[in-house]
Amino acid sequence: MIQNLVDGVLVGSVLSLGAVGLTMVMHMLRFANFSHAELLSIGAYSALVFDALFSAMMPPLTAAIGPLSMTWALALSVVFSLVITGLSALLIDRLVFKRVREKGSELSMVFASFGVAMIIRNVVGLIFGLGTHLYSKDIVFAVVLSRDPLLLVKPDQVFTLVAALLIMLIMHFVLSRTTLGYSLRAVAENPTLAQVNGIRLSHMIALVWLVGGGLAAVAGIFYGLSNQISPMIGRDLVLPIFAATIVGGIGSIYGAVLGGFIVGISASLALAILPSGYSPSMPFLIILAVLLIRPNGLFGEEQT
Amino acid sequence: MVDIALTANNVVAGYVPDLPILKDVSMQARREAVTVIIGPNGAGKSTLIKAIAGLLPVSAGTITHGDRDITHMRPDLLTGQGISYVPQMDNIFRTLTIRQNLDLALRKVGRDAPARLDDLYARFPVLADKRNDKAGALSGGQRQFLAVAMALATAPKLILMDEPSAGLSPKAAQEVLECARGLTDQGVTILLVEQNVNQALRMADHCYILAEGCNQVDGSAADMLNDPIVGEIYLGAKRMRAS
Amino acid sequence: MIGLLSYAVFFTTVASILAIAVLGLNLQWGNTGLFNGGVVAFFGAGAYGTLILGSAAQPDQFGGFNLFYPAALIGGMVVAGLLAWVVGILTLRLRHDYLAIATFGIAVTFENIMRNAEWLSGGAKGIRGFEQPLRDAFGGGLAYNAAFLAFVVAALIAVYQFLQHLVSSPFGRLLRAIREDEGAARSLGKAPSRVRLTAFITGSVIMGLSGGLYATFYAFVSPQDVLPTLTFQIWAMLIVGGAGNNRGAVLGAFLIWGAWTASGWSLSRFAPIEAQLYTGSIQYILIGSVIVGMLLWRPQGLFPERLVVSQSGKPGATKKQGV
Repeated sequence: MIQNLVDGVLVGSVLSLGAVGLTMVMHMLRFANFSHAELLSIGAYSALVFDALFSAMMPPLTAAIGPLSMTWALALSVVFSLVITGLSALLIDRLVFKRVREKGSELSMVFASFGVAMIIRNVVGLIFGLGTHLYSKDIVFAVVLSRDPLLLVKPDQVFTLVAALLIMLIMHFVLSRTTLGYSLRAVAENPTLAQVNGIRLSHMIALVWLVGGGLAAVAGIFYGLSNQISPMIGRDLVLPIFAATIVGGIGSIYGAVLGGFIVGISASLALAILPSGYSPSMPFLIILAVLLIRPNGLFGEEQT
Repeated sequence: MVDIALTANNVVAGYVPDLPILKDVSMQARREAVTVIIGPNGAGKSTLIKAIAGLLPVSAGTITHGDRDITHMRPDLLTGQGISYVPQMDNIFRTLTIRQNLDLALRKVGRDAPARLDDLYARFPVLADKRNDKAGALSGGQRQFLAVAMALATAPKLILMDEPSAGLSPKAAQEVLECARGLTDQGVTILLVEQNVNQALRMADHCYILAEGCNQVDGSAADMLNDPIVGEIYLGAKRMRAS
Repeated sequence: MIGLLSYAVFFTTVASILAIAVLGLNLQWGNTGLFNGGVVAFFGAGAYGTLILGSAAQPDQFGGFNLFYPAALIGGMVVAGLLAWVVGILTLRLRHDYLAIATFGIAVTFENIMRNAEWLSGGAKGIRGFEQPLRDAFGGGLAYNAAFLAFVVAALIAVYQFLQHLVSSPFGRLLRAIREDEGAARSLGKAPSRVRLTAFITGSVIMGLSGGLYATFYAFVSPQDVLPTLTFQIWAMLIVGGAGNNRGAVLGAFLIWGAWTASGWSLSRFAPIEAQLYTGSIQYILIGSVIVGMLLWRPQGLFPERLVVSQSGKPGATKKQGV
């Protein structure tokens, strides 16, 4: 039970990172982006490529960092992957979403995002194969935290959690202390008013894609670190990430962070009761529960 | 010759390309004066002010500020031209604190920002008292003051106000309108749209009446207030009761 | 020759069954502006519902109701309608993307439950239903398949007529009014969420009919039949045909199903062996590109909606064509 809780916290940190980007896009551009989870996949795979590249070019970098399975090469790859994924998100917006936005309704955007997700997922599958990959084939042994009850934690998992919390802390600082953060929140709340206050909308939209893509990349890599990398990352995570945004309330960044942990933890805890085959159903049950009890989420505002 | 701050010539504009709400409107706003636009619902008053602010596409006609053509200007460049726009109702960021709202408005002011912030707090003490509260917690009148303070942050020459008294109690409406009136003494030109015809005409210098997207009548606000025909058509029973 | 003819019958049967689902989606998206991201859940509810209700008792298997075929088919539609009611009542009051997410979620969950709940659905191995009705009367074979095709086409025509009638009725005008301007519709004293719920359930029941016919045709349904891909294919059919236009929806179904089978066939025939594994991926990329391309360059579809101007309508009110 406690093991489930620990696992849930770790899954939660990945979901939170994904949900923060998604909730920002959903709020600012007002559409449910079904292709957001594919950005996690882009992030995970581009880190894989950079990791191989750096390891080949600079063999000393293949040394693992402390007790982690993560190598210096992979750590460096995270930075590059973050940029590549952010730029990919921006590029997808320019190529597809921006044009659909100028032409059609918000629902056409939802639809377009389905198409985009399908294309990305299968292009990734074509390039990297349908099988799974790992960043490191070395087995890192879990640290036994306690024997009764048995509690195992891998150093990678602790690192993931700490890094995720650190990123959220930085996000919090930017949003609550800087005028750039105020501008982002302002555009999310009321784009027209933000514009007449001198904020250039197109720049803010680009920024949101960059930030959302960057966070998704980190989430994707962390997911790959504790699980496997496969073209199905997007398919498997799209619903849990949506659930996290709905739990938190669409548009609330803090809600998305909390929502990610709530979905991660409750899905893991539920597995203590339900057979593990049912885990893909958990996010939907959580969504249903939220819609029944508190439709606008924990921090969401009423919107139509 | 009168010094003109803003001129609109034969402006055609609307939300959808082939469906203009504003069919043909021309108007001028005199420098350092209050010009009010009134008219029945659907006359195109808000459309006009949004078109001036660059929030709606203008399909024909020109809008000039001083001697600059601002007809197709992007709305985020407005403040750089010395124009501030105060939208109707949702004109503050509710999820930000008052201080954050003001910081946002002062973003591009640069070195003068701290002094200007103090200045705004001095002018609106109620905002200073509640600076760390969420703006959404303010009362209707206080929100309008915050909106005006945000508009003043960039030291504009012209402020466009869309129904500043909407949803306010008569007393709060009076305070907001008086505040706007007072700004003209500091060299600011005010152009406002109002439903609250009586109060608006009493504080304005000049008045335009629109109907069905076209100019109807214009003249000095005082004349309008006393014109029996205008009174009957546009001011309605409310005015009768008042007099 | 006989082979070609029987393939044509087979193809037309499946395309017509899918066309029914596309018509149901058209009522939701084309006429009402509701985004159903989980068409396959309602299709699947109809399919599983029909088979479970219509089949005889089997060991370790829920069901065995052995209902008369039409009753089983209607039962499947009712199951689909109930599912739509639950989702609709929770989400239709909220921001539009909640419906998109919730329907997507229910499709994932439906497939997941069907795959795992062996007592209910046979799990991954699927559920073997009842023999195709009246099979003996036609002696099986091509004659039977042709008769079944006639039945499916009759159902398609009936649904088409029903929807044409519905769309031109006052209710249809109300749907469009809500789609175009919810605020205005509300100010006329109409409750948009109730009207939308009705349209959503009706569309889902039609999808349930499509699923029921599909399961009857194959006398079998498994989780492989209710993968999210099917939602995607049905969407592509509608968007290619032209949202809002029932004729376009049917044509789109035939066109996309034709393209899908043709691409699958040519990839399996001409692609090198080592690439065969990726046939599915290539097909998905193609269909994703079709959808994105249509939205970018021809959002009204190949056969756009033709709006009938009602007597009271101003010309401006019908400006916005399609979606």
